[in-house]
Amino acid sequence: MTPFAYVRPTSVAEAVAAVGSSGTARFIAGGTNLVDLMRYDVETPQTLVDITRLPLKTIEDAENGGVVIGALVSNADLAYDERIQRDYPLLSSAILAGASGQLRNAASTGGNLLQRTRCYYFYDVATPCNKREPGSGCPAIGGVNRIHAILGASEHCIATHPSDMCVALAALEAVVHVTGPEGERRIPFAEFHRLPGDRPQDDNTLKHGEMVTAVALPAPRFGAHHTYLKLRDRLSYAFALVSVAAGLDMADGRITDARIALGGVAHKPWRDEAAEALLKGQAPSPAIFAAAADHILRDAKGQGDNNFKIDLARRAIQRALEQAAAGTPQVQAEKRVN
Amino acid sequence: MSNTEAFVGRPQSRVDGPLKVSGTATYVAEFGAEDLLHAVVVSGAIAKGRITSIDTAAALKVPGVIEIFTHENRPRTAWFDYKYRDEVAPPGSPLRPLYDASISYSGQPVALVVAETLQVAQYAASLVEVSYEAEPAVVDVAEVLGEAYVPKQKRSGISPPPKPRGDADGAFLAAPIRLEHEYRVAVEHHNPMEMHATTVVWEGDGKLTVHDKIQGAQNSHGYITSVFGLSADDVRVHSPYIGGAFGSGLRPQYQLFLAVMASLQLERSVKLVLTRDQMFTFSYRPDAIQRVALAADKTGRLQAVRHEAVMGTSRHEDYQEVVVNWSGLLYSCDNVRLDYKLAQIDTHTPADMRAPGATLGVYALESAMDELAYAAGIDPIELRLINFADKDENENKPFSSKELRACYAQGADRIGWSRRNPVPRSMHEGRELVGLGMATGCWEAQMQKTSARAVLTANGHLEVSSATADIGTGTYTIMTQIAADALGLPLESVTAVIGDSSLPTAPVEGGSWAAASTGTAVRAACHALRQTLLDAAAGIDGSPLAGATLDQVTFQNGRIAFIADPVMSVSIGEAMQATGKERIEAEETASPDMKAMATYSSYTHSAIFAEVRVDEELGIVRVTRIVNAVAAGKILNPKTARSQILGGVVMGIGMALHEESIPDKNLGRFMNHNFAEYHVPAHADVEDIDVIFVEEEDDMLNPLGIKGLGEIGIVGTAAAIANAIHHATGRRVRHLPITLDKLL
Amino acid sequence: MPEMTFASAAPDEIPISLTINGQLHRLDVTPWTSLLDLLRETLHLTGTKKGCDHGQCGACTVLVDGTRINSCLALAVMKDGAEITTIEGLGTPDNLHPLQAAFVEHDAFQCGYCTPGQICSAVGMMSEGHASTRAEIRELMSGNLCRCGAYTNIVDAIEDVMQDGRPAVREAAE
Repeated sequence: MTPFAYVRPTSVAEAVAAVGSSGTARFIAGGTNLVDLMRYDVETPQTLVDITRLPLKTIEDAENGGVVIGALVSNADLAYDERIQRDYPLLSSAILAGASGQLRNAASTGGNLLQRTRCYYFYDVATPCNKREPGSGCPAIGGVNRIHAILGASEHCIATHPSDMCVALAALEAVVHVTGPEGERRIPFAEFHRLPGDRPQDDNTLKHGEMVTAVALPAPRFGAHHTYLKLRDRLSYAFALVSVAAGLDMADGRITDARIALGGVAHKPWRDEAAEALLKGQAPSPAIFAAAADHILRDAKGQGDNNFKIDLARRAIQRALEQAAAGTPQVQAEKRVN
Repeated sequence: MSNTEAFVGRPQSRVDGPLKVSGTATYVAEFGAEDLLHAVVVSGAIAKGRITSIDTAAALKVPGVIEIFTHENRPRTAWFDYKYRDEVAPPGSPLRPLYDASISYSGQPVALVVAETLQVAQYAASLVEVSYEAEPAVVDVAEVLGEAYVPKQKRSGISPPPKPRGDADGAFLAAPIRLEHEYRVAVEHHNPMEMHATTVVWEGDGKLTVHDKIQGAQNSHGYITSVFGLSADDVRVHSPYIGGAFGSGLRPQYQLFLAVMASLQLERSVKLVLTRDQMFTFSYRPDAIQRVALAADKTGRLQAVRHEAVMGTSRHEDYQEVVVNWSGLLYSCDNVRLDYKLAQIDTHTPADMRAPGATLGVYALESAMDELAYAAGIDPIELRLINFADKDENENKPFSSKELRACYAQGADRIGWSRRNPVPRSMHEGRELVGLGMATGCWEAQMQKTSARAVLTANGHLEVSSATADIGTGTYTIMTQIAADALGLPLESVTAVIGDSSLPTAPVEGGSWAAASTGTAVRAACHALRQTLLDAAAGIDGSPLAGATLDQVTFQNGRIAFIADPVMSVSIGEAMQATGKERIEAEETASPDMKAMATYSSYTHSAIFAEVRVDEELGIVRVTRIVNAVAAGKILNPKTARSQILGGVVMGIGMALHEESIPDKNLGRFMNHNFAEYHVPAHADVEDIDVIFVEEEDDMLNPLGIKGLGEIGIVGTAAAIANAIHHATGRRVRHLPITLDKLL
Repeated sequence: MPEMTFASAAPDEIPISLTINGQLHRLDVTPWTSLLDLLRETLHLTGTKKGCDHGQCGACTVLVDGTRINSCLALAVMKDGAEITTIEGLGTPDNLHPLQAAFVEHDAFQCGYCTPGQICSAVGMMSEGHASTRAEIRELMSGNLCRCGAYTNIVDAIEDVMQDGRPAVREAAE
């Protein structure tokens, strides 16, 4: 690991100033991804700003009926929080589908948003990678790309975002609270992560020195009709090949509103509001679910090894919508998919 | 001579258990030394070509860096490549680390950074700049099938295919039922939980104590003395605990060479631990492309068997396994042709990985047998019974024992085979399709020449020792049980010592032969003490054993007693006192019975049954139950024996569903070189495994009647799962692992 | 905002204090030292194992303030002031923790290398209180790989102790 200076600020302002003052400084909280990447020499910050002792560890009620989740609430504390389990079970379920008990204990809410891709080449400094070293090339294109993107990829990068939690946050239309050198701002979740385009090195729209301080959720939705369905290469402790967060509002046997977000298929959690709109006013049926899935995947493109993901995603979307409509969400410890 | 077994054959907890569960068992990277240096390997980035330059200047400037070794400055070592050949090396020219600028596989070590601390060594290693001239590389054996060849020199201990019998081609064409398919298993890496490591303790004056992750301390010892020209007395290899190996520790790996080289040159103690990613840069289960052709008459009797395999090996060694011979052994058939070839690719040399050869070959055969059962409309077990081999038709020898019929019967009963509707896709539960599949497993029962020592001290404590290893197999425990029974002592009075090159000679622990070999030697050494003890006991004034001979007494409950009248006895302690010695000892060597070996074929057998549930739409497979019925002769310790089978089965689940080292064919590099992307089964993947040990007596191979258990658990497991998936879904996947995309 | 919050004795080193298995340690550490390397290399508490160094196997699991984490991904400097329990703090060969004893009884290991991590993880999992069925134990223990394949015996051992209702966490350093 490349040596670095370590500072432990006592306030958000100090932390932001510390990172803002150096182009190579980084915030660190749980460290479950950053330390991992530093040990692979993928990340080589010259200063680490330890924010773990800042007072961002609470989940508080918001005026709009929602909640504001401090950036340092651990993934485990968030998933098992009574209020979250009761009002946002989709979020709880998505978190519990990811990583392991140990990692969820250490990983923070803010850090989960900032996880970097699991692309083999990104992780292996002996190979080129446009995300790690802009301009060096993308060997995943034409190489080993079983885990790569089928939506929104570019000729420069076909990496995917690995988070499960973020898929649920996308479906729930969370808002990311950020404090930076220029003050505070709020970023709608859909605008937080970005597609690779010709700047694959940028995973998200944060500016250097900006710190995620909280994630806000709007008033509870989809408590009765939701699911998080994750498909992967072993039954636990593996990143998603495809995952689906689905939430439905239902009235009189019809869908009044729908949210569908996909994980493992793109550089960001994938939403398609037009596809969601197709479901509105409809009675749940295999046909309408298939239509929504087809719409989401209309521009999907395989890279070879991952061609199967298009079909898999279609089936996963349909199954997730069935689960949500039936009010029988996937239980993560239960490996049988209902 | 008689002895009631108090411990052998009964379930015993591991004697090394309390140390292991409390974190006090010392693995090789946990030995300390004064002024210990830490070394980190720099791994090469290309698969083939040469190093054009290595720039170590920046790395050398890091405070705390002691030295950086490359091919340009490495100390002189043996020039002849045969000097690098270890005890189990296949024919060819072994890797000579840092030998010259040439690169023969991706991940080859290209430099070694040695520093005062681990963190400094790691950082400095990241600063070493290596430039290469790359040539095109081939890492997929499928691309070089045209270059396949029969290895000129056979690997020691690996039988080439037997000569063809009958007319396989003619009989195949003439048969009413026939099938021919290609089967393939992805490259797998052993990935024991403990990474390969070596700690070299510089004892001064060129003397070394080497803690090496190895399955046989004497193999590393021989390698070091040969490569570095050291005298045998100057090197001791000591590795009491090995954190798994599964074959990756049979041969000395490059970290041993590098750590010893650095220690000798710097005259300091050096510790070198590979990274998990570097665990993908040596030793793997090779990819074999197999074709199996089976033909049968309408009653299901096999008319022809053909099995061809082309297996990958490196450019520099002809690594070989027994892949196809199983197809001439497992079933009776008059017309058999078996072919086995190698093809070279630009990778490291493959290595034995749990049940090498059999995992691959039996998977293909047992998948094809399942296909034949469907083609013939015969129950898969019935088909196997119809073609049951009552003798080894490859060698034309009777089996020393073969309780395979009982395995089929007991396993079928336990899994509930009778509830199986043979029609594929006929069984459901909720959304899931349910499948039951089965396969046969087989592994050679072997014994190797092995020595052991028994030392009884005046305090009544018995120490038995041999230079074998315990890689999790339970060697410590069974040695203790056998020794305790041999002299009638309680388990607490016995200590087993292994993993040390200075102990009596033993081969590497592998091939499932350790229990039979070491166990027999331990028993012989203990028995050799009996006469001394009896003589001393009989010589005591007024001894109740006066005039007794060994065949009249028993050693039991800490006493030597007349069998006819057990009240007439002398305690071992009294006998020991009567010898007037502080210690008595004996060393014995046990060897296989060559005559029995020439007369009989000896194999362990198993019948594995798998129950799977498949969500067909999503491709999710759950292995909800495995029953493995094993006939392996005498079971020394049912508790640890069961664990051996569980472990084999779990690795078989991985082989069937998860494990795959994925090569980038452009870069010639395995890309998923870590535990996040190379999937081994996790807790969630393993539900219910039932192990049955079928009664089997076999005293042909060794006096303990042991056949060995390390390999048999995995053989056939993947086939049983694949067959169950076929039964559930109607889909026949012939390329492992069966990942969800293959079922969509 | 000060340049460095810490004045350190040696260059790059930062003083921290950790209570490990009940014993207070005052240490100077470089910030890039992981808690795992500190335990193994500096303090010679080698019961905590390194199986991947990347949070992918669980062999390095320890309890920090009672919570199980992967010590390979924790920078020691960030745990300043924490109470750490390692496998050595749970029990000794002569005085095993109930889970350690259950692991021996159920033969819940073979090579023993993942074992301290499995046990620390199980202790943490039990105190988290979210597992009651075998399926839940399997799911919540899935962060601990065992290449020897002792999984079913590990679940047996954990279930055994859970059913006995014995306390999962004993006072460290009794």
